[in-house]
Amino acid sequence: MDSFLLEALVNGILLGGVFALPALGLNLVFGVVDVVWLCYAELVMVGMYAVWFLYTQAGWPLWMAFAACLPVVSLLGLLLHLLVVRPLLASPPINQVLATGGVLFLLQGAMTLIFRTDFRSLGVDMPPMEVGEIFVSGTKLAAFCAALLGAALLWAFLKFTYVGTAIRAIARDREVMPLMGVDPQRIYLIASAVGGALAGLAACLLVVQLDVHPFVGLSFGPITFMICVMGGLGNMLGGFLAAFLMGIIVSVGGFWGSTEFSYVVAFGFFIVTIFARPRGLFAR
Amino acid sequence: MSATLELSGVHAGYGDFQALFGIGLRVEPGEAVGVVGPNGAGKTTLLRVISGLIRPTAGSLRFDGTDLAATPAHLLPSLGIAHVPENRRLFPHLTVEENLKVGAFSPAARAHFAERRDRVYDLFPRMKQRRHQLAGTLSGGEQQMCAIGRALMCAPRILLLDEPSAGLAPIVVKQVFDLVRRIREEGLTVLIVEQNVAQVLRVVDRAYVLETGRVAAEGRSADLVADPAIRRSYLGGH
Repeated sequence: MDSFLLEALVNGILLGGVFALPALGLNLVFGVVDVVWLCYAELVMVGMYAVWFLYTQAGWPLWMAFAACLPVVSLLGLLLHLLVVRPLLASPPINQVLATGGVLFLLQGAMTLIFRTDFRSLGVDMPPMEVGEIFVSGTKLAAFCAALLGAALLWAFLKFTYVGTAIRAIARDREVMPLMGVDPQRIYLIASAVGGALAGLAACLLVVQLDVHPFVGLSFGPITFMICVMGGLGNMLGGFLAAFLMGIIVSVGGFWGSTEFSYVVAFGFFIVTIFARPRGLFAR
Repeated sequence: MSATLELSGVHAGYGDFQALFGIGLRVEPGEAVGVVGPNGAGKTTLLRVISGLIRPTAGSLRFDGTDLAATPAHLLPSLGIAHVPENRRLFPHLTVEENLKVGAFSPAARAHFAERRDRVYDLFPRMKQRRHQLAGTLSGGEQQMCAIGRALMCAPRILLLDEPSAGLAPIVVKQVFDLVRRIREEGLTVLIVEQNVAQVLRVVDRAYVLETGRVAAEGRSADLVADPAIRRSYLGGH
Protein backbone atom coordinates (compact mmCIF):
# COMPACT_ATOMS: atom_id res chain seq x y z
CA MET A 1 0.00 0.00 0.00
CA ASP A 2 1.09 3.57 -0.69
CA SER A 3 2.74 4.82 2.49
CA PHE A 4 0.89 8.17 2.30
CA LEU A 5 -2.44 6.36 2.10
CA LEU A 6 -1.37 4.17 5.01
CA GLU A 7 -0.49 7.30 6.95
CA ALA A 8 -3.91 8.77 6.18
CA LEU A 9 -5.54 5.55 7.36
CA VAL A 10 -3.57 5.53 10.62
CA ASN A 11 -4.39 9.19 11.19
CA GLY A 12 -8.05 8.38 10.58
CA ILE A 13 -8.00 5.73 13.27
CA LEU A 14 -6.27 8.14 15.67
CA LEU A 15 -8.85 10.82 14.85
CA GLY A 16 -11.65 8.27 15.38
CA GLY A 17 -10.45 7.66 18.92
CA VAL A 18 -10.87 11.34 19.71
CA PHE A 19 -14.33 11.50 18.05
CA ALA A 20 -15.33 8.42 20.06
CA LEU A 21 -15.29 10.14 23.45
CA PRO A 22 -17.86 12.88 22.79
CA ALA A 23 -19.93 10.32 20.87
CA LEU A 24 -19.93 8.02 23.92
CA GLY A 25 -20.84 10.90 26.24
CA LEU A 26 -23.66 12.13 24.03
CA ASN A 27 -25.04 8.60 23.61
CA LEU A 28 -24.80 7.92 27.33
CA VAL A 29 -26.84 11.00 28.22
CA PHE A 30 -29.33 10.42 25.42
CA GLY A 31 -29.76 6.73 26.28
CA VAL A 32 -30.40 7.42 29.95
CA VAL A 33 -32.12 10.81 30.10
CA ASP A 34 -33.68 10.67 26.61
CA VAL A 35 -32.60 14.25 25.91
CA VAL A 36 -30.04 15.32 23.29
CA TRP A 37 -27.47 17.77 24.65
CA LEU A 38 -27.19 19.98 21.59
CA CYS A 39 -24.52 22.01 23.39
CA TYR A 40 -22.24 19.01 23.96
CA ALA A 41 -19.37 20.34 21.80
CA GLU A 42 -19.61 23.64 23.67
CA LEU A 43 -19.07 21.84 26.98
CA VAL A 44 -15.89 20.47 25.40
CA MET A 45 -15.02 24.01 24.27
CA VAL A 46 -15.37 25.36 27.83
CA GLY A 47 -13.14 22.52 29.02
CA MET A 48 -10.53 23.47 26.42
CA TYR A 49 -10.58 27.07 27.70
CA ALA A 50 -10.22 25.75 31.27
CA VAL A 51 -7.06 23.82 30.35
CA TRP A 52 -5.68 26.73 28.31
CA PHE A 53 -6.36 29.21 31.11
CA LEU A 54 -4.93 27.09 33.92
CA TYR A 55 -1.82 26.13 31.94
CA THR A 56 -0.86 29.34 30.12
CA GLN A 57 -2.41 32.03 32.38
CA ALA A 58 -2.44 30.54 35.89
CA GLY A 59 0.82 28.71 35.30
CA TRP A 60 -0.36 25.28 36.48
CA PRO A 61 1.53 22.19 35.33
CA LEU A 62 -0.22 20.66 32.30
CA TRP A 63 -1.20 17.45 34.10
CA MET A 64 -2.89 19.47 36.86
CA ALA A 65 -4.80 21.53 34.32
CA PHE A 66 -5.97 18.27 32.70
CA ALA A 67 -6.90 16.79 36.08
CA ALA A 68 -8.95 19.90 36.92
CA CYS A 69 -10.70 19.96 33.55
CA LEU A 70 -12.61 16.71 34.15
CA PRO A 71 -14.41 17.72 37.37
CA VAL A 72 -15.05 21.23 36.00
CA VAL A 73 -16.86 19.97 32.88
CA SER A 74 -18.51 17.19 34.89
CA LEU A 75 -19.96 19.86 37.18
CA LEU A 76 -21.08 21.78 34.11
CA GLY A 77 -22.94 18.64 32.95
CA LEU A 78 -24.63 18.39 36.35
CA LEU A 79 -25.68 22.04 36.24
CA LEU A 80 -26.98 21.65 32.69
CA HIS A 81 -29.14 18.76 33.87
CA LEU A 82 -30.39 20.45 37.05
CA LEU A 83 -31.06 23.90 35.60
CA VAL A 84 -32.12 23.20 32.00
CA VAL A 85 -32.95 19.54 31.35
CA ARG A 86 -34.72 18.47 34.55
CA PRO A 87 -37.39 21.22 34.42
CA LEU A 88 -38.13 20.18 30.82
CA LEU A 89 -38.21 16.38 31.24
CA ALA A 90 -41.96 16.25 30.73
CA SER A 91 -41.91 18.78 27.86
CA PRO A 92 -42.04 17.92 24.15
CA PRO A 93 -38.62 16.91 22.71
CA ILE A 94 -38.52 20.04 20.53
CA ASN A 95 -38.51 22.24 23.66
CA GLN A 96 -35.63 20.22 25.10
CA VAL A 97 -33.65 20.57 21.87
CA LEU A 98 -34.32 24.31 21.73
CA ALA A 99 -33.29 24.76 25.37
CA THR A 100 -29.98 22.87 25.06
CA GLY A 101 -29.47 24.68 21.73
CA GLY A 102 -29.93 27.92 23.65
CA VAL A 103 -27.20 26.85 26.06
CA LEU A 104 -24.93 26.33 23.01
CA PHE A 105 -25.22 30.02 22.09
CA LEU A 106 -25.03 31.05 25.74
CA LEU A 107 -21.69 29.26 26.18
CA GLN A 108 -20.33 30.63 22.89
CA GLY A 109 -21.39 34.15 23.92
CA ALA A 110 -20.03 33.83 27.44
CA MET A 111 -16.62 32.64 26.19
CA THR A 112 -16.54 35.43 23.59
CA LEU A 113 -17.21 37.98 26.34
CA ILE A 114 -14.51 36.59 28.63
CA PHE A 115 -11.77 35.59 26.17
CA ARG A 116 -12.80 37.44 22.96
CA THR A 117 -12.58 35.62 19.64
CA ASP A 118 -8.78 35.21 19.55
CA PHE A 119 -7.40 31.79 18.72
CA ARG A 120 -5.59 30.49 21.81
CA SER A 121 -2.93 27.83 21.55
CA LEU A 122 -1.47 25.69 24.28
CA GLY A 123 1.84 25.58 22.44
CA VAL A 124 2.71 22.03 23.42
CA ASP A 125 3.61 19.38 20.91
CA MET A 126 5.22 16.01 21.07
CA PRO A 127 7.79 14.98 18.44
CA PRO A 128 6.48 12.81 15.61
CA MET A 129 7.45 9.18 15.66
CA GLU A 130 8.62 7.12 12.74
CA VAL A 131 6.88 3.77 12.59
CA GLY A 132 8.06 1.66 9.69
CA GLU A 133 7.65 3.86 6.60
CA ILE A 134 5.22 6.37 8.08
CA PHE A 135 5.32 9.28 10.50
CA VAL A 136 2.80 9.43 13.34
CA SER A 137 2.21 12.55 15.40
CA GLY A 138 3.18 11.84 19.00
CA THR A 139 0.46 14.17 20.25
CA LYS A 140 -2.23 12.38 18.24
CA LEU A 141 -0.99 8.97 19.35
CA ALA A 142 -1.03 10.02 23.02
CA ALA A 143 -4.53 11.49 22.62
CA PHE A 144 -5.70 8.27 20.96
CA CYS A 145 -4.34 6.13 23.81
CA ALA A 146 -5.97 8.38 26.41
CA ALA A 147 -9.28 8.19 24.53
CA LEU A 148 -9.14 4.39 24.45
CA LEU A 149 -8.31 4.33 28.15
CA GLY A 150 -11.31 6.59 28.85
CA ALA A 151 -13.59 4.38 26.77
CA ALA A 152 -12.31 1.26 28.58
CA LEU A 153 -12.94 2.85 31.99
CA LEU A 154 -16.47 3.79 30.90
CA TRP A 155 -17.07 0.22 29.71
CA ALA A 156 -15.87 -1.23 33.02
CA PHE A 157 -18.09 1.23 34.93
CA LEU A 158 -21.16 0.25 32.89
CA LYS A 159 -20.36 -3.47 33.01
CA PHE A 160 -19.32 -4.11 36.59
CA THR A 161 -20.87 -1.54 38.95
CA TYR A 162 -24.43 -1.47 40.29
CA VAL A 163 -24.96 2.06 39.02
CA GLY A 164 -23.52 1.16 35.60
CA THR A 165 -25.80 -1.88 35.31
CA ALA A 166 -28.76 0.29 36.31
CA ILE A 167 -27.74 2.81 33.62
CA ARG A 168 -27.85 0.07 30.97
CA ALA A 169 -31.19 -1.11 32.34
CA ILE A 170 -32.84 2.31 32.49
CA ALA A 171 -31.93 2.98 28.88
CA ARG A 172 -34.35 0.15 27.98
CA ASP A 173 -37.17 0.46 30.52
CA ARG A 174 -37.38 3.53 32.74
CA GLU A 175 -40.86 3.01 34.16
CA VAL A 176 -40.04 -0.24 35.92
CA MET A 177 -36.89 1.10 37.64
CA PRO A 178 -38.51 2.18 40.97
CA LEU A 179 -39.52 -1.48 41.47
CA MET A 180 -35.80 -2.28 41.49
CA GLY A 181 -35.20 0.32 44.21
CA VAL A 182 -33.72 2.73 41.66
CA ASP A 183 -34.55 6.43 41.75
CA PRO A 184 -34.43 7.42 38.04
CA GLN A 185 -33.70 11.06 38.90
CA ARG A 186 -30.51 10.02 40.67
CA ILE A 187 -29.39 7.92 37.68
CA TYR A 188 -30.05 10.92 35.39
CA LEU A 189 -27.75 13.03 37.59
CA ILE A 190 -24.99 10.42 37.56
CA ALA A 191 -25.23 9.96 33.78
CA SER A 192 -25.06 13.76 33.30
CA ALA A 193 -21.96 13.97 35.49
CA VAL A 194 -20.27 11.10 33.64
CA GLY A 195 -21.31 12.60 30.27
CA GLY A 196 -19.75 15.89 31.40
CA ALA A 197 -16.55 14.14 32.52
CA LEU A 198 -16.25 12.51 29.07
CA ALA A 199 -16.59 15.96 27.48
CA GLY A 200 -13.85 17.11 29.87
CA LEU A 201 -11.55 14.28 28.79
CA ALA A 202 -12.29 15.05 25.13
CA ALA A 203 -11.37 18.69 25.86
CA CYS A 204 -7.95 17.63 27.19
CA LEU A 205 -7.27 15.58 24.04
CA LEU A 206 -8.51 18.24 21.62
CA VAL A 207 -6.82 21.25 23.21
CA VAL A 208 -3.39 19.82 22.35
CA GLN A 209 -4.46 19.45 18.68
CA LEU A 210 -6.68 22.46 17.99
CA ASP A 211 -6.51 26.16 18.86
CA VAL A 212 -9.27 27.24 21.24
CA HIS A 213 -11.81 29.88 20.24
CA PRO A 214 -15.50 30.30 21.15
CA PHE A 215 -16.65 28.58 17.94
CA VAL A 216 -14.22 25.64 17.99
CA GLY A 217 -17.17 23.38 18.83
CA LEU A 218 -18.29 23.72 15.23
CA SER A 219 -15.21 21.83 14.04
CA PHE A 220 -16.15 18.61 15.86
CA GLY A 221 -19.72 19.11 17.18
CA PRO A 222 -21.65 18.41 13.97
CA ILE A 223 -19.51 15.38 13.18
CA THR A 224 -20.13 14.03 16.70
CA PHE A 225 -23.88 14.20 16.13
CA MET A 226 -23.49 12.49 12.76
CA ILE A 227 -21.47 9.72 14.41
CA CYS A 228 -24.14 9.21 17.08
CA VAL A 229 -26.95 9.05 14.53
CA MET A 230 -24.94 6.72 12.29
CA GLY A 231 -24.19 4.40 15.20
CA GLY A 232 -27.83 4.57 16.31
CA LEU A 233 -28.70 7.23 18.93
CA GLY A 234 -28.20 5.76 22.39
CA ASN A 235 -26.23 2.77 21.02
CA MET A 236 -22.84 3.16 22.74
CA LEU A 237 -21.00 0.44 20.83
CA GLY A 238 -22.48 1.62 17.52
CA GLY A 239 -21.34 5.19 18.20
CA PHE A 240 -17.88 3.97 19.19
CA LEU A 241 -17.44 2.04 15.92
CA ALA A 242 -18.98 4.82 13.80
CA ALA A 243 -16.43 7.25 15.29
CA PHE A 244 -13.58 5.24 13.76
CA LEU A 245 -15.39 4.91 10.44
CA MET A 246 -15.93 8.68 10.35
CA GLY A 247 -12.32 9.35 11.38
CA ILE A 248 -11.06 7.20 8.51
CA ILE A 249 -13.44 8.80 5.98
CA VAL A 250 -12.37 12.30 6.98
CA SER A 251 -8.68 11.44 6.98
CA VAL A 252 -8.55 9.39 3.78
CA GLY A 253 -10.95 11.83 2.05
CA GLY A 254 -8.49 14.59 2.97
CA PHE A 255 -5.68 12.53 1.45
CA TRP A 256 -7.34 12.59 -1.98
CA GLY A 257 -8.56 16.14 -1.76
CA SER A 258 -8.54 18.97 0.73
CA THR A 259 -9.84 18.98 4.30
CA GLU A 260 -13.00 20.72 3.06
CA PHE A 261 -13.45 17.96 0.50
CA SER A 262 -13.07 15.32 3.21
CA TYR A 263 -15.98 16.87 5.14
CA VAL A 264 -18.09 16.85 1.97
CA VAL A 265 -17.37 13.13 1.63
CA ALA A 266 -18.15 12.53 5.31
CA PHE A 267 -21.48 14.41 5.22
CA GLY A 268 -22.36 12.72 1.91
CA PHE A 269 -21.73 9.33 3.46
CA PHE A 270 -23.89 10.37 6.43
CA ILE A 271 -26.81 11.38 4.21
CA VAL A 272 -26.65 8.10 2.30
CA THR A 273 -26.58 6.23 5.61
CA ILE A 274 -29.66 8.05 6.83
CA PHE A 275 -31.58 7.03 3.73
CA ALA A 276 -30.32 3.45 3.66
CA ARG A 277 -30.32 2.70 7.39
CA PRO A 278 -32.36 5.35 9.22
CA ARG A 279 -31.99 3.64 12.61
CA GLY A 280 -28.20 3.53 12.39
CA LEU A 281 -25.59 1.42 10.66
CA PHE A 282 -25.65 -1.24 13.35
CA ALA A 283 -29.41 -1.47 14.00
CA ARG A 284 -30.72 -5.02 13.97
CA MET B 1 -40.23 -10.54 59.97
CA SER B 2 -43.51 -10.42 58.08
CA ALA B 3 -46.00 -7.61 58.11
CA THR B 4 -49.60 -6.86 57.34
CA LEU B 5 -50.62 -5.06 54.16
CA GLU B 6 -53.82 -3.10 54.61
CA LEU B 7 -55.70 -1.00 52.06
CA SER B 8 -58.87 0.92 52.79
CA GLY B 9 -61.00 3.11 50.55
CA VAL B 10 -58.32 3.29 47.84
CA HIS B 11 -59.22 5.29 44.74
CA ALA B 12 -56.74 5.50 41.85
CA GLY B 13 -56.52 5.95 38.10
CA TYR B 14 -54.65 7.42 35.16
CA GLY B 15 -55.36 11.08 34.47
CA ASP B 16 -59.10 11.48 33.98
CA PHE B 17 -59.65 7.74 33.93
CA GLN B 18 -60.50 6.25 37.31
CA ALA B 19 -59.67 2.55 37.66
CA LEU B 20 -60.17 1.83 41.37
CA PHE B 21 -63.17 2.90 43.45
CA GLY B 22 -62.68 2.48 47.19
CA ILE B 23 -60.75 -0.78 47.40
CA GLY B 24 -60.36 -2.40 50.80
CA LEU B 25 -57.96 -5.32 51.12
CA ARG B 26 -55.90 -7.02 53.79
CA VAL B 27 -53.05 -9.51 53.57
CA GLU B 28 -51.83 -11.12 56.79
CA PRO B 29 -48.25 -12.31 57.30
CA GLY B 30 -47.61 -15.68 55.69
CA GLU B 31 -50.85 -15.61 53.70
CA ALA B 32 -51.25 -16.13 49.97
CA VAL B 33 -54.04 -13.98 48.61
CA GLY B 34 -55.40 -13.88 45.07
CA VAL B 35 -57.04 -11.06 43.13
CA VAL B 36 -59.17 -12.27 40.24
CA GLY B 37 -61.62 -10.66 37.87
CA PRO B 38 -62.19 -9.86 34.22
CA ASN B 39 -59.91 -7.77 31.99
CA GLY B 40 -60.00 -4.09 32.90
CA ALA B 41 -61.29 -4.73 36.41
CA GLY B 42 -58.34 -2.80 37.86
CA LYS B 43 -56.22 -5.76 39.03
CA THR B 44 -52.94 -4.47 37.58
CA THR B 45 -53.71 -0.93 38.78
CA LEU B 46 -54.19 -2.34 42.27
CA LEU B 47 -50.66 -3.79 42.32
CA ARG B 48 -49.20 -0.65 40.76
CA VAL B 49 -50.73 1.51 43.45
CA ILE B 50 -49.35 -0.78 46.20
CA SER B 51 -45.81 -0.65 44.78
CA GLY B 52 -45.97 3.13 44.28
CA LEU B 53 -45.87 3.24 40.47
CA ILE B 54 -49.08 5.26 40.61
CA ARG B 55 -50.40 7.27 43.52
CA PRO B 56 -53.84 6.82 45.09
CA THR B 57 -56.19 9.80 44.76
CA ALA B 58 -57.90 8.83 48.03
CA GLY B 59 -57.75 6.17 50.72
CA SER B 60 -54.96 4.69 52.79
CA LEU B 61 -52.32 2.03 52.15
CA ARG B 62 -50.33 0.76 55.10
CA PHE B 63 -47.64 -1.88 55.29
CA ASP B 64 -46.32 -2.79 58.71
CA GLY B 65 -47.55 0.59 59.94
CA THR B 66 -45.80 2.59 57.18
CA ASP B 67 -47.94 4.88 55.03
CA LEU B 68 -47.11 3.67 51.50
CA ALA B 69 -48.71 6.64 49.76
CA ALA B 70 -46.23 8.95 51.49
CA THR B 71 -43.13 6.85 50.64
CA PRO B 72 -41.22 7.34 47.35
CA ALA B 73 -41.68 4.27 45.11
CA HIS B 74 -37.96 3.47 44.90
CA LEU B 75 -37.75 3.05 48.69
CA LEU B 76 -40.49 0.40 48.81
CA PRO B 77 -38.23 -2.56 47.87
CA SER B 78 -36.11 -1.75 50.94
CA LEU B 79 -39.29 -1.91 53.03
CA GLY B 80 -39.82 -5.44 51.74
CA ILE B 81 -42.33 -4.91 48.92
CA ALA B 82 -41.35 -6.67 45.69
CA HIS B 83 -43.47 -6.41 42.56
CA VAL B 84 -43.11 -8.76 39.58
CA PRO B 85 -44.87 -6.62 36.97
CA GLU B 86 -47.21 -7.59 34.17
CA ASN B 87 -45.26 -9.09 31.20
CA ARG B 88 -42.31 -9.60 33.58
CA ARG B 89 -40.44 -6.56 32.22
CA LEU B 90 -36.99 -8.17 32.34
CA PHE B 91 -34.08 -6.27 30.85
CA PRO B 92 -33.71 -8.42 27.72
CA HIS B 93 -30.26 -7.08 26.79
CA LEU B 94 -28.77 -7.88 30.20
CA THR B 95 -27.74 -11.34 31.37
CA VAL B 96 -29.73 -13.28 33.97
CA GLU B 97 -27.18 -12.40 36.63
CA GLU B 98 -27.18 -8.72 35.63
CA ASN B 99 -30.97 -8.70 35.95
CA LEU B 100 -30.54 -10.03 39.49
CA LYS B 101 -27.95 -7.33 40.10
CA VAL B 102 -30.36 -4.56 39.10
CA GLY B 103 -32.90 -6.14 41.48
CA ALA B 104 -30.33 -5.76 44.27
CA PHE B 105 -29.72 -2.06 43.62
CA SER B 106 -30.77 -0.67 47.00
CA PRO B 107 -27.78 -0.27 49.36
CA ALA B 108 -29.14 -2.78 51.89
CA ALA B 109 -29.53 -5.42 49.16
CA ARG B 110 -26.05 -4.87 47.65
CA ALA B 111 -24.41 -6.02 50.87
CA HIS B 112 -26.19 -9.39 50.55
CA PHE B 113 -25.94 -9.81 46.78
CA ALA B 114 -23.87 -13.03 46.60
CA GLU B 115 -25.83 -14.78 49.33
CA ARG B 116 -29.26 -13.92 47.86
CA ARG B 117 -28.19 -14.72 44.31
CA ASP B 118 -27.08 -18.16 45.49
CA ARG B 119 -30.47 -18.62 47.19
CA VAL B 120 -32.25 -17.74 43.94
CA TYR B 121 -30.00 -20.25 42.13
CA ASP B 122 -30.86 -22.90 44.74
CA LEU B 123 -34.54 -22.20 44.22
CA PHE B 124 -34.22 -22.11 40.39
CA PRO B 125 -31.21 -24.25 39.34
CA ARG B 126 -32.13 -23.47 35.72
CA MET B 127 -31.21 -19.83 36.36
CA LYS B 128 -27.76 -20.87 37.52
CA GLN B 129 -27.21 -22.74 34.23
CA ARG B 130 -28.36 -19.69 32.30
CA ARG B 131 -26.66 -17.05 34.47
CA HIS B 132 -24.55 -15.58 31.63
CA GLN B 133 -27.29 -15.81 29.00
CA LEU B 134 -29.19 -12.69 27.90
CA ALA B 135 -32.61 -12.60 29.58
CA GLY B 136 -34.26 -11.92 26.21
CA THR B 137 -33.18 -15.36 24.97
CA LEU B 138 -34.89 -17.28 27.82
CA SER B 139 -38.09 -19.27 27.31
CA GLY B 140 -41.33 -17.86 28.76
CA GLY B 141 -41.20 -20.02 31.89
CA GLU B 142 -37.53 -19.23 32.45
CA GLN B 143 -38.25 -15.52 32.07
CA GLN B 144 -40.85 -15.81 34.81
CA MET B 145 -38.27 -17.53 37.05
CA CYS B 146 -35.79 -14.76 36.30
CA ALA B 147 -38.38 -12.06 37.07
CA ILE B 148 -39.33 -13.71 40.37
CA GLY B 149 -35.64 -14.20 41.18
CA ARG B 150 -34.98 -10.53 40.48
CA ALA B 151 -37.82 -9.59 42.85
CA LEU B 152 -36.44 -11.90 45.57
CA MET B 153 -33.11 -10.00 45.54
CA CYS B 154 -34.55 -7.33 47.85
CA ALA B 155 -35.48 -10.04 50.40
CA PRO B 156 -39.17 -9.14 50.24
CA ARG B 157 -41.66 -9.54 53.06
CA ILE B 158 -44.46 -9.53 50.51
CA LEU B 159 -44.28 -10.54 46.85
CA LEU B 160 -46.75 -9.00 44.40
CA LEU B 161 -47.20 -11.14 41.29
CA ASP B 162 -49.03 -9.74 38.26
CA GLU B 163 -50.39 -12.43 35.91
CA PRO B 164 -47.43 -14.80 36.21
CA SER B 165 -49.13 -17.27 33.84
CA ALA B 166 -50.00 -14.77 31.08
CA GLY B 167 -48.81 -15.70 27.60
CA LEU B 168 -47.41 -19.09 28.62
CA ALA B 169 -48.17 -22.54 27.22
CA PRO B 170 -50.43 -24.68 29.45
CA ILE B 171 -47.60 -26.96 30.57
CA VAL B 172 -45.50 -23.92 31.52
CA VAL B 173 -48.47 -22.40 33.37
CA LYS B 174 -48.48 -25.47 35.57
CA GLN B 175 -44.74 -25.02 36.24
CA VAL B 176 -45.26 -21.38 37.15
CA PHE B 177 -47.96 -22.25 39.68
CA ASP B 178 -45.61 -24.89 41.11
CA LEU B 179 -43.06 -22.07 41.52
CA VAL B 180 -45.60 -19.96 43.36
CA ARG B 181 -46.40 -22.91 45.61
CA ARG B 182 -42.70 -23.35 46.43
CA ILE B 183 -42.32 -19.66 47.24
CA ARG B 184 -45.27 -20.00 49.60
CA GLU B 185 -43.64 -22.95 51.29
CA GLU B 186 -40.62 -20.71 51.93
CA GLY B 187 -42.99 -18.75 54.18
CA LEU B 188 -43.24 -15.70 51.93
CA THR B 189 -46.41 -13.61 51.87
CA VAL B 190 -47.85 -13.47 48.36
CA LEU B 191 -50.46 -11.29 46.66
CA ILE B 192 -51.16 -12.64 43.20
CA VAL B 193 -53.27 -11.19 40.39
CA GLU B 194 -54.51 -13.74 37.85
CA GLN B 195 -56.87 -14.30 34.96
CA ASN B 196 -56.46 -18.03 35.43
CA VAL B 197 -59.02 -18.26 38.25
CA ALA B 198 -59.24 -22.04 38.51
CA GLN B 199 -55.47 -22.43 38.92
CA VAL B 200 -54.93 -19.53 41.29
CA LEU B 201 -57.69 -20.58 43.67
CA ARG B 202 -55.80 -23.84 44.19
CA VAL B 203 -52.70 -21.96 45.34
CA VAL B 204 -54.05 -19.14 47.52
CA ASP B 205 -55.77 -19.15 50.94
CA ARG B 206 -58.16 -16.33 50.14
CA ALA B 207 -59.12 -14.24 47.14
CA TYR B 208 -60.80 -10.99 46.18
CA VAL B 209 -62.97 -10.74 43.08
CA LEU B 210 -62.57 -7.35 41.39
CA GLU B 211 -65.18 -6.01 38.96
CA THR B 212 -64.98 -2.52 37.40
CA GLY B 213 -62.63 -1.28 40.11
CA ARG B 214 -64.65 -2.50 43.08
CA VAL B 215 -64.39 -5.57 45.31
CA ALA B 216 -67.39 -7.66 44.17
CA ALA B 217 -66.69 -10.63 46.41
CA GLU B 218 -64.08 -11.98 48.77
CA GLY B 219 -63.59 -15.12 50.76
CA ARG B 220 -61.66 -18.30 51.34
CA SER B 221 -60.65 -20.12 48.18
CA ALA B 222 -62.75 -23.17 49.00
CA ASP B 223 -65.85 -21.01 49.55
CA LEU B 224 -65.30 -19.09 46.30
CA VAL B 225 -64.87 -22.30 44.33
CA ALA B 226 -68.17 -23.53 45.78
CA ASP B 227 -70.03 -20.27 45.06
CA PRO B 228 -72.42 -20.79 42.10
CA ALA B 229 -72.08 -17.18 40.87
CA ILE B 230 -68.27 -17.41 40.85
CA ARG B 231 -68.42 -20.80 39.15
CA ARG B 232 -70.67 -19.39 36.44
CA SER B 233 -68.60 -16.27 35.79
CA TYR B 234 -65.04 -17.50 36.23
CA LEU B 235 -64.82 -21.27 36.35
CA GLY B 236 -66.64 -22.21 33.18
CA GLY B 237 -70.10 -23.05 34.55
CA HIS B 238 -71.30 -26.45 35.90
